[in-house]
Amino acid sequence: MKTSSIIILVAIAAAIGVLLMYSVNFSTYDTISSAKEKQGKYVHLIARLDKSKPIQYDAIKDPNYLSFYATDSLGGSTQVIYHNTKPAELEQSDRIVLKGKMEGNVFECNDILLKCPSKYKDDKKQLEKTVSQY
Amino acid sequence: MKFEGEHLLPGQVGHFFVLLAFVASLVSSVAYFYASSIKENLQQAKEKHSWMLFARAAFFIQFISLLTVFITIYYICSHHYFEYLYAYKHASIELEPKYLLACIWEGQEGSFILWSLWHCVLGTILIFTAKKREAPILGVVMLAQFVLVMMVVGIYFGNTRIGSSPFVLTRNEINIPIFSQPNYLSFIKDGIGLNVLLRNYWMVIHPPILFLGFASTIVPLGFAYSSLSTKNFTDWVKPALPWTLLSCCVLGVGIMMGGKWAYESLSFGGYWAWDPVENAALVPWMILISGLHCMAVYNSTGNALRASYLFIILGYFFVLYSTFLTRTGILGDTSVHSFTEAGMAMNILIGIYVVVISLPMFFLFIKNYKKIPSIQKEENLSSREFWMFIGSLIFFLSALFIIAITSLPVYNKIFGTNYADPQDREFTYNKVLVLVAFIIGLLTAFSQYLKYRNTEKKYLIKKMSVPIGITVILTLLLAIFYPIEYTKKGPGFLIAIYLALFASIFSVIANGAYLKTVLKGNMKAGGAAIAHLGFALMITGMLISSGNKKVISDNRKTGLFIPFDKGPTGQPENPLENLTLLKDVPTKMGNYLVTYLNDSAAAEKNRTFYNLHFQKIDSTTGKISEDFILSPDAYRMKDNNLSSNPGTRHYFTHDVFTYISTISVKNSDDDTAKFKMHEMNLHDTAYYSKGFFVLNNVLKDPDNERFHFSPDDTALVADITVHNADSTTTKAFPALTISNQQINYIDDTLIRQNLYFKLAGLSSDKKFKIGIKESETLTDFITLKAYVFPYINLVWAGLLIMAGGFIISICRRTKAANYVTALSVVLIIGALFYMFLIANR
Repeated sequence: MKTSSIIILVAIAAAIGVLLMYSVNFSTYDTISSAKEKQGKYVHLIARLDKSKPIQYDAIKDPNYLSFYATDSLGGSTQVIYHNTKPAELEQSDRIVLKGKMEGNVFECNDILLKCPSKYKDDKKQLEKTVSQY
Repeated sequence: MKFEGEHLLPGQVGHFFVLLAFVASLVSSVAYFYASSIKENLQQAKEKHSWMLFARAAFFIQFISLLTVFITIYYICSHHYFEYLYAYKHASIELEPKYLLACIWEGQEGSFILWSLWHCVLGTILIFTAKKREAPILGVVMLAQFVLVMMVVGIYFGNTRIGSSPFVLTRNEINIPIFSQPNYLSFIKDGIGLNVLLRNYWMVIHPPILFLGFASTIVPLGFAYSSLSTKNFTDWVKPALPWTLLSCCVLGVGIMMGGKWAYESLSFGGYWAWDPVENAALVPWMILISGLHCMAVYNSTGNALRASYLFIILGYFFVLYSTFLTRTGILGDTSVHSFTEAGMAMNILIGIYVVVISLPMFFLFIKNYKKIPSIQKEENLSSREFWMFIGSLIFFLSALFIIAITSLPVYNKIFGTNYADPQDREFTYNKVLVLVAFIIGLLTAFSQYLKYRNTEKKYLIKKMSVPIGITVILTLLLAIFYPIEYTKKGPGFLIAIYLALFASIFSVIANGAYLKTVLKGNMKAGGAAIAHLGFALMITGMLISSGNKKVISDNRKTGLFIPFDKGPTGQPENPLENLTLLKDVPTKMGNYLVTYLNDSAAAEKNRTFYNLHFQKIDSTTGKISEDFILSPDAYRMKDNNLSSNPGTRHYFTHDVFTYISTISVKNSDDDTAKFKMHEMNLHDTAYYSKGFFVLNNVLKDPDNERFHFSPDDTALVADITVHNADSTTTKAFPALTISNQQINYIDDTLIRQNLYFKLAGLSSDKKFKIGIKESETLTDFITLKAYVFPYINLVWAGLLIMAGGFIISICRRTKAANYVTALSVVLIIGALFYMFLIANR
């Protein structure tokens, strides 16, 4: 194969690559207040569960409706509505990643990633817990 | 201080052998490199030979050391020596023996040792087969081994610890006061144990296979090094081909085993989710496949040698890159199942790995680039090699595309940006790769029929016309009788799915026809065609099963629960995939009538099976056409955490797949909830917490659809209308009968409202006594998701056929005699089957 044809191939490949990267619509990590400014735009929030406000979930009434409040480290707070079941570890989570968009004052959530005090990170806590049981 | 009850000997033994393996692998590597630098002539033959013997001795010392380390970890875990942090973190007393092996590779350290043990096994085979290449190849393997063992060596260099040892003591790693007591061990009754999500036989089988895949990628790299270092560029490809085939086969099977595991037992709702961890393993495989095809081209025509080098070196680089992605915690926010243990130490160690192995290879490649022979003549457009090369390039570019998006957290780390996954991650990949599938499908279909260098057009047209005809007919039949209903991404994507489907069916047919007509059924020569057929079948299965995957637990379709709480934005965007089943209440789900029957406890602690009775009733004849019980299960953890495994009904054409997403929490004060008594006249109203109810009437001995009393009975039935909070109304009919001087109460239950009604008799002032009991959870329920995956078996069948094709090719390339082939295949299958048996014991 000639060098020229290789160059052409690489150029085409690079062009396709650039086009592809542009076609990917990356979202961003936002705070609750910046997400409120970007109404309707798909964002990721890193927040934590506001334990002082009620978690509303009743699987018999509607298994696809969960409502709770989230706060972030900058003091922002919002109601979150998630049309799915309540993740079992929600109350125990210490950090949650919420994917979705702000609609008015409510965060319409598509997906929740829970960061639980993992056993890798918190051996100390776990061990203290285990030991204190006896 | 002396601590009571500790078993320190195994740890000391283990640590000694880690150190021995660490030193021995370095010695072996140096000795091999030195031996490879000695020219082969008569004067020095003896010196070279003695260096080789020395290197081999060191090799076997580190092999035996690592084996001992592995056995020691197993010993510590199986004896529950929780004074060792590794046993404390990964083992627990209730853990069944079959998962003790899995404990070893659940942790970082153990999985590195698994990887290094595979290096040992492969190295042993190479010592006996690689002949004059033994020295350079094993030099590379042992250098990699040295870095791998460094990850678990756990020695201090000044104040910094290098690597983390699996033999560290719990009391040294965790600083809490309890460890200053000499009898601290008597307080640690149990370890944390294997993550319940991982308690599955795939956890016993999948990691060893995947790590064999990763470990084996070093062998082609070693061959490439042996040729670059001796500047003998031409003759490494042929002996390296079977090894590359092995890598591709094992890694491919390992990756898809992960998919099967995810499908069978993890509640991700499918076998592939474009999770970064999955991608990280897929990308090296794709690049290796590109390398494999370039090597095959070179072997037959002399073209594409430089590309072969490049892909093999890059493939290994991406193995290391994927190790970096999955093991340093950098994927933290984007992946559901990577290691979370972050740490600078791991970054540095993997950095050393790249600097020691990959960088020198890139350097050697660039330095020798001009000297690597290449053919200047343009390839003929009708030649097989041209299209194989194009295919490799497309595969390679797709791999780069996948890894470019997967690396998002890495960009964020480097540039301080805050980009996150796109809204629909899966679609971002799918919309590109569906077109790749189309192109690769076409290429794998017709390039089999091309000949190297030049192909006659007549021959091609003659041979291709029948497969094309069959494919067109099949695709049309499919489009008419079993159309893909994936319309949510618009008609453009649907067309792309059909194109990819056409191409992959074409590839199945064309490769099948090639086996039959060109090779005349000679399977031994047909490894490539079989592997391509399997791959195409797998892609076909993926397109159909994902395109027509149906959520049968969709609330809106069953019409049972109409969500009245839609939230301020009205209709939710997500499909409502969860359905709640009340115990003993048949509920319509897709074509099925499903009843949640009961729970049954499993052998494991906290694990419960939920038995669901599925019935499919033919609407015209009323006959039951399908009748089966699915038992998805869930681990209910402390704090009511839930970890669920699916229950799946396998049919030849489709799977019914279901898993639990929520279970009812049994409240201890359920049973103590008392009836609250109201004394009411007819048409009186009384309140309960969520609404009110009216006593309409009290009937004596009614004969209606609910009760069939005759005038001989003594029975009273209250007719009550309940007005719920959501302004719906429900009727309740509690009853009271008297027979043989005994009063029997027939209470009425309103399951949806969690209400019990009781007619308790008459009060002294001739009012009716109506009892009402409310409770948060009066009844057991489960919430589940259920899918139908059509033709999922094509995916697994395709995978097996592809692996079979690879094995046939390996045997042919190694010229293994027939009985050796047969024996090895039987042994491999036997080993897998045995593991399967252990796992399911």
